Parts: sequence; C-alpha cells; structure tokens
Amino acid sequence: MKSCLIVDDSRVIRKVARQIFDTLGFSCEEAEDGKVAHAACLKKMPDVILLDWNMPVMNGIEFLRALRREPGGQTPVVVFCTTENDLNHIQEALTSGANEYIMKPFDADIVRSKLSQLGVIEA
Amino acid sequence: MKPEDFDLFSVLVKQRSGLVLTRDKAYLLESRLTPVARKWNLKTLDDLAQSVRAKRDETMLRDITEAMTTNESFFFRDQKPFDQFRQVLLPQLLKSRAAKRQIRIWSAAASSGQEAYSLAIILNEEAAKLQGWKVDIFGTDLSAEMVERAKSGIYSQFEVQRGLPVTFLVKYFQQVGTDRWQVKDNIRQMVQFREGNLLTDFGPIGTFDIVYCRNVLIYFDQPTKTRVLEAISKVLTPDGTLFLGGAETVLGVTEKFKPLENERGLYVLTGRTGATAPVPPAPFQAATV
Repeated sequence: MKSCLIVDDSRVIRKVARQIFDTLGFSCEEAEDGKVAHAACLKKMPDVILLDWNMPVMNGIEFLRALRREPGGQTPVVVFCTTENDLNHIQEALTSGANEYIMKPFDADIVRSKLSQLGVIEA
Repeated sequence: MKPEDFDLFSVLVKQRSGLVLTRDKAYLLESRLTPVARKWNLKTLDDLAQSVRAKRDETMLRDITEAMTTNESFFFRDQKPFDQFRQVLLPQLLKSRAAKRQIRIWSAAASSGQEAYSLAIILNEEAAKLQGWKVDIFGTDLSAEMVERAKSGIYSQFEVQRGLPVTFLVKYFQQVGTDRWQVKDNIRQMVQFREGNLLTDFGPIGTFDIVYCRNVLIYFDQPTKTRVLEAISKVLTPDGTLFLGGAETVLGVTEKFKPLENERGLYVLTGRTGATAPVPPAPFQAATV
C-alpha cells in the first residue's frame, strides 16, 4: 500500500484530502505544519506528500527545501496544494523541487489526474 | 415535464444534433433548459415548449440544441490517445509525409477546445522534428458558444488542473486576472476553430491525416453513427487514422473502418492493408529549413 503524508494547518482540508487519498488506496498520515511533517519524514519517507504553502511554525516551501536536502528526501512525490495561484508561486515551488501543483479549491478529479500523470496511480 | 413537451424537445435535439435523449434523461433536459427559458423571459419549460410550437424561432431552437449538447472536456483527456499520437502516429507521419511536409488533424467535436490545444502542445514539444512542416489543427463544434470559448483559449482554474501537468500550464498559458488562464498565442495560432455539425455536409474542409471524434457517437443512435462514420471516411487520407472514445467502436456500425491492431481506440480505413501505413523511403533531409 502506498503512503501519503497530508500537510495542512486546516483540519478540515486534511480531512477532505484524507478521504480522497483513502479512496485511491493510500495509507495516510497527517501533519499540521512543516516541522511536524519534517519529523514524520525523518522517521519514514512517504510515497506522496500533499503540501500546503502557508502554515505556522514552518511553511510548505521551507519544509520542501529541507526535505530535498535529507538523505532519501528526493524520493517522495511532492504535490503542493495551496490557495497561492499565481505564476511566481508555481515557479518557485517547481524550482524548489515540487513535482506537481494544485490550486485550491480542489476536488478528487484533480488529485486523481495529477497522481496518474505522475505515474503514482494507474490512469 | 409533460411527456409531449419532452418529446418535442428530444425530437428537436435529435434532428439538429443527433443526440438521443431517452425518457430517463428528463432531469437533464430540465436542468439544461431552465436557463434557456429564463433567457427568453419564459417562466417554465411548459412556456418554452409552447413558444417552440408557436414560433419555431431559429435562435431559440439553436439555444435549446446547444444547451443539451455542451459537454465537459479536459486537457489530455484519457491521456492514452495523446500518447498514441506522439509515440505511434507522429513518427509514422514524419516518414510518410516527409515529401509533403504537411499534417492535418481534425478535432471533430472540439467542445471548448482542450483536445485541439492538447495536440498543439504535443506538436510544440516535438517542434524540433517539425521544422519547416505545416501542421493544421482544425476544431469544429456544433455550438457557437463552445467555438467562441475554444477560440478565446481562456479556461478556469478548475479546467486547467484537470489533465494538464503544471509544467505545461507554466509553459503554455498566461494568467488572466486572478483565476483564469489563457493559452499562449503561439499555441492558439496552431489551431483553427469553427462551427460544424457532424450530421450535415462538412463542406470544403479538405482531407485529414488524423481525425479525433471521441465521445460523440455514444450519444447517437445506430443509423446516425453509421452516417457520421461514413462521412468521416470520406475526409480521411487513405492511410489516415480515426480516434474514437473508449466506449465507442466501428464494429457492427460500418464496414468502412477496421480497428488498428494493438492500438486500442484507433481505426483505419478497411481498404488499407497491414497494421501500419506503407512508408515510402524518406528523402534526404536538409539540416534545417
């Protein structure tokens, strides 16, 4: 079973995302900020990380840069999932090592289509 | 809705678009036609039906047909038909059309244009191999509104996230306002859109090497399917390829086409021999043009 770490400071968003990933057959962990997510990754690297941008303590982009520097930190497929929807943010995310980018609001179709393009799930 | 009103609308839509509406689609009719009634300042679908009977106003009939036939579309819908284009058909065409250096593609139910633009994006990704080639992508749709949308190349944030990898969004779109995205000019220039009805004469549109006609036949009854496929067979080059949707086939519908071996969803003209087109020897190619 593939694993997914859902990183978002909103409990509601985590719940919605978790339902989507559950349906797609993932085992899910949750983190409410980048620091908690980082600690979770050091314990065990997930296959996929769904990552919010704006969070207290450590934000998404700081977490991503830190993750990519860790041993094994290149492996997880990182999908940003944020209300930031301008070109500059998208480009910053991609150059910092994100694999995909979802602009909120999102739905199950969008998540599925992104994951299947990334080859994480079957089309 | 009264049964006679349902029949009135469904016959009208069938005649003009080929779309078959069965009784279980009454809810769809109601949800799609209520805004049309409102646009014409009519309170109910009853009133709309009465107005259709009394006046047969061309614009109103058109509004009704368009409301019933607009479908959602995605970029790179189903992915596979675009992989097949890039990996199987394009390399073949680069050889078989090496002398003519022209490729023509028809997106036959273009809707809001995503299929045509997806093909344009692929061709742009392969631009190095197509230096000096003329590639025409032609998109038609029954709906004037859809054709306008397709031409504008403007999509909502939702639409650009379904099927479109973010790297392509960054490369081929520009943001318009806060949550709309427009296909960049260099890609829009590769595609031409115009109104076209698959049930009527296609007019002087020429011949095509590839026709995409996906998820359209499913809405037609058997005789209409046959008619449309036979009309398409006449505008396809002898070694051309037809793409149909996953739930569609030519088997039992027409003798003009046969499935292409090992390539699901692809069909070729029956007269054609072998699984792939005969490839003439490529002439010596200059480095660049």
